[in-house]
Amino acid sequence: MNSSYAVPAVALVVLATVLVGAFGLRISRTTSDFYVASRTVGPRLNAAAISGEYLSAASFLGIAGLVLVQGPEMLWYPVGYTAGYLVLLLFVAAPLRRSGAYTLPDFAEARLSSQAVRRLAGAFVVGTGWLYLLPQLQGAGLTLTVLTGAPDSLGGLIVAVVVVAIVAAGGMRSITFVQAFQYWLKLTALLVPALFLILAWQGDGAPSRAFDEPATFRERSVVRVDDTLDLTLDRPLTVTVSGTIDGRAHDNDRLRLPAGTHRVEDGTRLTFAKGGDVPERDRGAGGDLSPSQAESRGERPLYATYGLILATFLGTMGLPHVVVRFYTSPHGVAARRTTVAVLGLIGAFYLLPPVYGALGRLYAPELTLSGDADAAVLLLPDRVIGGLGGDLLGALIAGGAFAAFLSTASGLTMAVAGVLTQDVLPSRGVRHFRLGTVLAMAVPLAASVLVGGLPVADAVGLAFAVSASSFCPLLVLGIWWRRLTPPGAAAGMLVGGGSALLAVAATMAGFPGAGALHALLAWPALWSVPLGFLTMVLVSLATPGRVPAGTAAILARFHLPEDLRAEVKA
Amino acid sequence: MPQNPAERRVVVTGPPRRTRRVSGYYRPRTEIDEQTTLGHTYVRSLMRTQLRTALAVLAVLGLLVGPLPLLFAAMPHARHLEWAVLGFGLYAPLVLLARWFVRRAERNERDFVRLVEDR
Repeated sequence: MNSSYAVPAVALVVLATVLVGAFGLRISRTTSDFYVASRTVGPRLNAAAISGEYLSAASFLGIAGLVLVQGPEMLWYPVGYTAGYLVLLLFVAAPLRRSGAYTLPDFAEARLSSQAVRRLAGAFVVGTGWLYLLPQLQGAGLTLTVLTGAPDSLGGLIVAVVVVAIVAAGGMRSITFVQAFQYWLKLTALLVPALFLILAWQGDGAPSRAFDEPATFRERSVVRVDDTLDLTLDRPLTVTVSGTIDGRAHDNDRLRLPAGTHRVEDGTRLTFAKGGDVPERDRGAGGDLSPSQAESRGERPLYATYGLILATFLGTMGLPHVVVRFYTSPHGVAARRTTVAVLGLIGAFYLLPPVYGALGRLYAPELTLSGDADAAVLLLPDRVIGGLGGDLLGALIAGGAFAAFLSTASGLTMAVAGVLTQDVLPSRGVRHFRLGTVLAMAVPLAASVLVGGLPVADAVGLAFAVSASSFCPLLVLGIWWRRLTPPGAAAGMLVGGGSALLAVAATMAGFPGAGALHALLAWPALWSVPLGFLTMVLVSLATPGRVPAGTAAILARFHLPEDLRAEVKA
Repeated sequence: MPQNPAERRVVVTGPPRRTRRVSGYYRPRTEIDEQTTLGHTYVRSLMRTQLRTALAVLAVLGLLVGPLPLLFAAMPHARHLEWAVLGFGLYAPLVLLARWFVRRAERNERDFVRLVEDR
């Protein structure tokens, strides 16, 4: 891919982000501006900001890559990311705004008046936030590497520095403008190339083999394998090999590989004939953006699909950067309307990744083998259109991808820094918030440099599962159930979130080899969410004496419409 | 210094005036809190209505989405259908459900305000 246009495009996005952030800085005057944009952000601006923040690297690059490799079941990811907002709207949006708290720990403290629960919620927020920041930084590294061949950690470093500068300088107000701007940038960066790609596809006679299973090679293709991989063949495959397969060296030999698993060493070149099936790759640990538990769904696809649905539907409401956004709405009614607008905006955006996934299956099926499936979105314009037009469209996509890393990373940093400032660092104030910002970014940056090749992408799925089994029960029961007690909330979060965390950590460490146990641990949401709810309810019922004194008044504040307050004021 | 009566008066009258202004500013919320302890059952009824609305929409969502994986598993050859439904078909219903819910929830709140005012 030609980097002479892409690098300026990325630079332009970074520059524009800094400039829009500086514009927000000029009107960010008070402490309230700084944290919650003075709670005056209207639904439309706020909705664009929320969507801009939410559409991360996983959405921009990861989904298309997953669909390319795994097929259409992976489209459950964007559906779940969107439906999560609907569930959030139903149970949480307006009461959460009316609670008047700023972060999840604030909410826990306001509802349960317990410092212990507050601290526990804070620990979960920081943990989920860091888990979610990691793939953003690694995605930035991958994009810059694909574009320019720069070292892996450079992209992450750039994102980290820009985000810390913007967040520390301008706080929530400037972030709101930056995020809103980046939503439209991301949509444009994916929409315009998609239109050209569809035109090119139609000019090509609109082949529809993308929908067939498995993907096939449209022409004679040469694939260079960058990482050693295991190929699984359902039936024999004829292929020309230069390099090492199954421990045997070949030089441009035509081989007929029998069905079964074959090990291909890195640096091997495989030449496939036209019309052949694209063999499937066994992936142990791919350092990709795509949530790679996806690859462990093989044996129990139905269980994995329902686990994915539950985690994404219920996990969205607990993501730290999503929750903070609701405090910037002026009132509960606006918070609801904002959420509807968000649903529309992210729904519109998610119409595009499937297009890239389908075209990727058609025009770049070999990406499934070379392990760069996440780069499919970046590479397609060059592959399908080519020439100057392809380069320019590729540059546009690269800019959009960087906007994705920047916006999600700034939202997460904002949320994590808020918790660190309020609960960990000694005194409050804007200066300490800046210190918190640096700390919030330093840890995941260090981790992304240190763990490098590990499948940290699992972190996205892990973050959703943990959030669904810890914060979802806390929010839903806290808002709708009078008899919730501090011990119940703490136990529920620990048992639900903790077990989800352990389960996925065990999977990532490669603990159980295969079988039912493996599926259970790789997709914990289906049992850990009910477990979290059940623990919270049972422990609360067992400690009836611990129901906080002001519960009735607090719940009234959560649910009473603002009209009523205005009436009283007048 | 303490013998100067004029200066003393300034110091003593200052703080109460400020306190009064602050408490006046927060009065609406205090009054709401008082009202809620009185109208406890009213708040409960509002919560119940809102929860019922939310659960109804959740049930529709469940019925819409729940059977899909089973359906796709039952028809492994309908890949086109899977692409169309998951890729493009679900977002519009989600937005419509959300709009319907917001309209219902806001109406519930308006009804509640009217009820409380009439009393």
